[in-house]
Amino acid sequence: MQRDKDIVLEVEDIHKKYREEKILKGVSFKVKKGETKVIIGPSGTGKSTLLRCINQLTIPDRGRVWLEGEEVTHTKKSINQFRQKIGMVFQDFNLFDHLTALGNVEIGLIKVKGMDKNKARQKAMEELRQVGLENQAYLYPAQLSGGQKQRVSIARALAMDPKVILFDEPTSALDPELIGEVLEAIKNLAIQGMTMVLVTHEMGFARSVANEIIFIENGKILESGSPYKLFNNPKYERTRRFLKKITELYGESSEKR
Amino acid sequence: MSEFYFIRNILLLPLLEGTLITIKLIALSIPLGLILGILLAVGRVYGNKLISSLCAAYVIFFRGTPLLVQLFILYYGLPSIGIFFSPLTAAIIGFILCSGAYHSEYIRGAIQSIKGGQMMAAEALGMSRVQAILYIILPQALRRAIPGCSNEIIYLVKYSSLAFMVTLIELTGAGKIIASRYFKYTEVFLVVGIIYLLMVSVITKFLNMLEKKLEIPGLE
Repeated sequence: MQRDKDIVLEVEDIHKKYREEKILKGVSFKVKKGETKVIIGPSGTGKSTLLRCINQLTIPDRGRVWLEGEEVTHTKKSINQFRQKIGMVFQDFNLFDHLTALGNVEIGLIKVKGMDKNKARQKAMEELRQVGLENQAYLYPAQLSGGQKQRVSIARALAMDPKVILFDEPTSALDPELIGEVLEAIKNLAIQGMTMVLVTHEMGFARSVANEIIFIENGKILESGSPYKLFNNPKYERTRRFLKKITELYGESSEKR
Repeated sequence: MSEFYFIRNILLLPLLEGTLITIKLIALSIPLGLILGILLAVGRVYGNKLISSLCAAYVIFFRGTPLLVQLFILYYGLPSIGIFFSPLTAAIIGFILCSGAYHSEYIRGAIQSIKGGQMMAAEALGMSRVQAILYIILPQALRRAIPGCSNEIIYLVKYSSLAFMVTLIELTGAGKIIASRYFKYTEVFLVVGIIYLLMVSVITKFLNMLEKKLEIPGLE
């Protein structure tokens, strides 16, 4: 099959059910290099499951995933080869509690990439600087604020030099006043050309950074398009209502900043 | 014969010899029992169905039968199928097997108390299961298991006296021999008790220091 070289991530016809409940009913999309895709939709529609199916933390029942033209699903290679190249940022951070901020960022470099300890430390420091946390490098997760934790986890993902980073509601567990610093860090990545897939409810943010917004409902993509199109001229009434509701709930604060 | 003379000139040397045997017993059983406990706990939590149930069966057997019975089987039973152990070896093996079972329960509980997100984040980084267990799960779980495992280690120091039942003259055994020869049970076992207390105190102190040293800043 001829594939577009610019496409970093391709997801094709992902199905997943838990027990009898179908969570995902055939989701497909492509992410180009440097693109930011934002996935939105009511809770319980399988957005998180979809992200996890991409790096096979959840094994989809059907469907295929490619990373830079190489198939991730049904691969003979170890899945860990792919996971190194797919960064993931979780809603509740999942920082390793027994390691300092620096330790969290460098452990993947040392244990997974086999990088020399000094080099790993240097690189980890650079990544922490990138998210503005070089002064917190030697603090433990329990000593950091939620926003700082999430920025460390972004640095942890970045350190692996991923081809794409998946964000699973990165600001949903944060106090309102801490959301801004995390969105700022993500926005910087977008500006630097990182390829990203984000699940978020921050509509203002989605509007300002997304190249495309994908609206998922009941395990399927109902509609997708540029933020402008979805906000101003959606195909479905359902999309418009959802966007209106979610914008009222979460505001557009980040866009105004 | 004054009590002081008895203790200094007759009791002390054999008791010290016994203490050395006891130290030999626990110095090997503590670390090896702990390692066995870790393996059993990991097998139980992360093993496939077969491994997990084997580990569970092991724990049921070794926690469910008296240590004394286990020691008798090792020392008096196994020779009938051609396996011979010296008293010291039989006792050490018995203690390792038994304390491993208890340690594994503390460690298993600790592993299960680690949030699932830790494993997920480790795997998302590209770590294998084994790497994630070694570098992410166990360092956290073992810290949490220290209080429980400390308990088991202290028990082990005391139940090491059961080695006497397979003819090993350790501390309690040495005391028993002298006590019955001189018929001075109170004096002898008071001193024996004090020696155990000293050993337990040293180990407790060490374990508390270890727990303190390994404490993760900011937690709790």
